Amino acid sequence: MTYLAKPKFHHPSLPKNALGYTRRDYEASTSTLCAGCGHDSISAAIIEACFELSIEPHRVAKISGIGCSSKTPDYFLGASHGFNSVHGRMPSVLTGANLANRDLIYLGVSGDGDSASIGFGQFAHAMRRGVNMTYIVENNGVYGLTKGQFSATADRGSKSKKGAVNTDSAIDLVAMALQLGATFVARSFSGDKKQLVPLIKAAIEHRGSAFIDVISPCIAFNNHPGSTKSLDYVRAHNEAVNRLDIMTGREPIFVDYAPGEVVSVRQHDGSVLSLRKLNDDYDPTDRLAAMNFLQRHAAQGQIVTGLLYVAAEAADLHDHCNTVAVPLNRLGEAELCPGSAALDAINAGLR
Amino acid sequence: MPLNAVNDFVIRFANVNGSGSASANELFARAIMRMGVPVAPRNVFPSNIQGLPTWYEIRVSEEGRLGARGGTDFMVAMNPQTFNADVISIEPDGYLMYDSTRTLPPGQLRSDITVIGMPLTAICNAHYSDPRQRQLFKNIICIGALSALLDLDFAEVEKLIGEQYRGKDKLIEPNITALHLGRDYARAHFACPLGLRVRRADKVGDRILIEGNAAAALGAVYGGATVCAWYPITPSSSLAEGFARFCRRFRHDPASGEARYAIVQAEDEIASIGMVIGAGWNGARAFTATSGPGISLMQEFFGFAYFAEIPAVIFDVQRAGPSTGMPTRTQQCDLISCAYASHGDTKHVLLLPEDATEAFEFGADAFDLADRLQTPVFVLLDLDIGMNQRLCRPLQWDDARRYDRGKVLTAADLDRIKEFGRYTDVDGDAIPYRTYPGTHPNKGAFFTRGTSHDARARYSENGATYVEGMQRLLRKQETAKKLLPRPVRRAAAAPTRFGAIYYGSTSPAMTEAAEILARRGHGLDLMRVRAFPFHQDVASFIADHDFVFVVEQNRDGQLRMLLVNEIGIDPVRLVPVLHYDGASITARFIANAIGGSIDTLQVAPLRKALS
Ligand SMILES: Cc1ncc(C[n+]2csc(CCOP(=O)(O)OP(=O)(O)O)c2C)c(N)n1
Ligand code: SF4
Repeated sequence: MTYLAKPKFHHPSLPKNALGYTRRDYEASTSTLCAGCGHDSISAAIIEACFELSIEPHRVAKISGIGCSSKTPDYFLGASHGFNSVHGRMPSVLTGANLANRDLIYLGVSGDGDSASIGFGQFAHAMRRGVNMTYIVENNGVYGLTKGQFSATADRGSKSKKGAVNTDSAIDLVAMALQLGATFVARSFSGDKKQLVPLIKAAIEHRGSAFIDVISPCIAFNNHPGSTKSLDYVRAHNEAVNRLDIMTGREPIFVDYAPGEVVSVRQHDGSVLSLRKLNDDYDPTDRLAAMNFLQRHAAQGQIVTGLLYVAAEAADLHDHCNTVAVPLNRLGEAELCPGSAALDAINAGLR
Repeated sequence: MPLNAVNDFVIRFANVNGSGSASANELFARAIMRMGVPVAPRNVFPSNIQGLPTWYEIRVSEEGRLGARGGTDFMVAMNPQTFNADVISIEPDGYLMYDSTRTLPPGQLRSDITVIGMPLTAICNAHYSDPRQRQLFKNIICIGALSALLDLDFAEVEKLIGEQYRGKDKLIEPNITALHLGRDYARAHFACPLGLRVRRADKVGDRILIEGNAAAALGAVYGGATVCAWYPITPSSSLAEGFARFCRRFRHDPASGEARYAIVQAEDEIASIGMVIGAGWNGARAFTATSGPGISLMQEFFGFAYFAEIPAVIFDVQRAGPSTGMPTRTQQCDLISCAYASHGDTKHVLLLPEDATEAFEFGADAFDLADRLQTPVFVLLDLDIGMNQRLCRPLQWDDARRYDRGKVLTAADLDRIKEFGRYTDVDGDAIPYRTYPGTHPNKGAFFTRGTSHDARARYSENGATYVEGMQRLLRKQETAKKLLPRPVRRAAAAPTRFGAIYYGSTSPAMTEAAEILARRGHGLDLMRVRAFPFHQDVASFIADHDFVFVVEQNRDGQLRMLLVNEIGIDPVRLVPVLHYDGASITARFIANAIGGSIDTLQVAPLRKALS
């Protein structure tokens, strides 16, 4: 029995968000991951982002595959429904769930083994379909849950804990997401909460497939010299392109940085992403440039983080399907069943 | 002596795929049906694309025999490639019609058959200059000739052409002309009608001619399916395509044009079933349509949905396996792989329709059952049902019918109850209550997982907890039995020690075979199973007989295996009758197999019935 319920103790002085929820309302059972696992920091960032966005916790559906990373939905947003699906298949389950009820917020959590190997196809197709979701890959370059095998995102030449050298080239999920048509593509680092929290917030507000690849070192199997996904390596090679502030449309929009240093991208729902540029030549609305930038820096051994690409006016799968605004799971006989008269007409045409 | 038969023969068209013959052939079948004479059309098409051979067979049977009969009385040989084989396949004293524009080399024709040489190409070339028209009208000229030869009611054929091209009036005229060309030539050159002929009868009633896949798709529309995720595979594609077609017709908001459904052509079958399960979890009625290879791919998810108790509907239109097998040939070979789909101890609900009407009914019922039982429900069709037009009862819908969404708690329900346990057996029927995501701010949320869980959906590897959950799933099967369609039992004219069990597309051939056997003095009680897990009546039926023939279309006797396994009967009493060459099973085959068996089984005279 590894289920650990977290005691619900509300301190009266805990800060509350616009809806009156405290951070505790976004927590769930206690993590059973290794102490120090990057995945726990990501859970914390998700909690923070949802708290700051004043999301009603039960309006989120959190869906994952299989792996240490995919276990994490048990550790945040306890008031929301979770779905720990099968290995690599989170995207299809999420797609179906999203089709059934477009009114919820969909959070997909996956691992690099989950998404870049067994689930590579589903990852690709969810991106190209524009499923409205926040797709987070907790990328540690290894299979954590099955104890340290290389995953498909492990860099060529990087070493396993036992010293084996990876001879296969790596799949860069960010490059793939850009190529596949995702309308929001970002990379971050589990150790950089300042960057990660706003990215998650922006991804949640984005309509369409929002993909965030989060480098998340595996303390147990991939945090040694020779790994390119270790804490030290990522800290040393992190190249941030921008810092993000997100303001929802309901709040007054202000930009407190000098023009020229800030890029603002207005989203479908009226929210505005304001990006503090760290890199002068970086334009996050140019998909082609983003691909170039990413590859150029990768060749130099740099891990580019930040919001790499965002399409301002994105459409999602429901737009493509032209589905009604009422969630499909709420429609009843009156809206769905053509009735006996229509059937009689069909019968008549078949005689 | 040429064959002589009224309203009782088999005619077969040997065509070249892509030659536009399909609609002309269907027109011909429908004209006979309009004359009140039952028809059973079947497509025989190898797995190929344009240019290769296909056949279309119509069994004309005033008695209403809808199973394949076997043999061909009248061959319309329009495919030079298969000509010789087609001629050989004609029954003794049968008929052959061929395109006599070019004379055949001598020695190719049999002396016992009546040969009708229609110079179809020559007639066409004389009347049409456009090559496309020449091709298309050749088929209609052929139907015109056949109408004269077989004495069809011309007015019916003309009326059908008018209906077929309603709205495209410019096409009616030339088609009628082509029809007359064929008729007039036949009347002028052959003794019309032949020994085979059609005579108006009153044997069709209000029945309709519809494909099983189309009917199943309508069932999904009527059953309230809103999400369809699928991946193309013969012979199931036309089911998903049919759903799309009917949705376009019935499910668009007239004002806004918005769709009250969503269809995704997924990247593969794994994704299809994943989407269906995601949608089912989130409270939409969702389904996929597939065939054997797709079922193989979906296995892991079936186990998940079974264990996590998520509704899903799967239409499996069976084709011949194993592996890619014979993609365009029929079989009933997925029974075991569906019944026990996935690893671990799983057991699924199967619905087994016999024809298009039941495909519609079970198709709609499947969604109620899946919601009610919170489990995957498989509707097993096969190519014979799915891709052929079958004469069947009209589709009916009761407007008072309400969808049974099963045990779903609303926010108000959650407020009322003290404690919510996702997997708690509150009512003693082994079906727990569920909540849709987003229902309530602080009650009713739970974690859905494929790992073992306790009554409150919490991860648990506790042995007792696991066993308790697995036992409840087994008890759920008992509840299912009460909700599923009961088997249909038909008694022989006199008490008999022999019974036969069968399902699905075997139905018409089995019925006919039982009558043939009865005439030979072998009475046979029949039981058609319509669902799995088996109803108690199935066990009683077997108990009531010394020997029960289990008639099915696969090599290994999968239905028999299931009966032995689930009911625990002595296998010796279940005699397999297996047909699996990919063609539709015939009454001849069944009657011969059972007749031969009965002779060797040496069963003592019936005492039970006498005492
Ligand atoms: C079909 C299937 N194959 C293999 C496994 C075993 N398995 C469980 S987790 C895992 C890899 C997880 O790696 P990753 O997605 O990178 O997550 P991490 O544990 O590193 O967070 C594998 C191979 C499985 N559960 N299902
Ligand atoms: S094995 Fe690695 S990925 Fe898994 S919990 Fe431990 S540190 Fe995290």
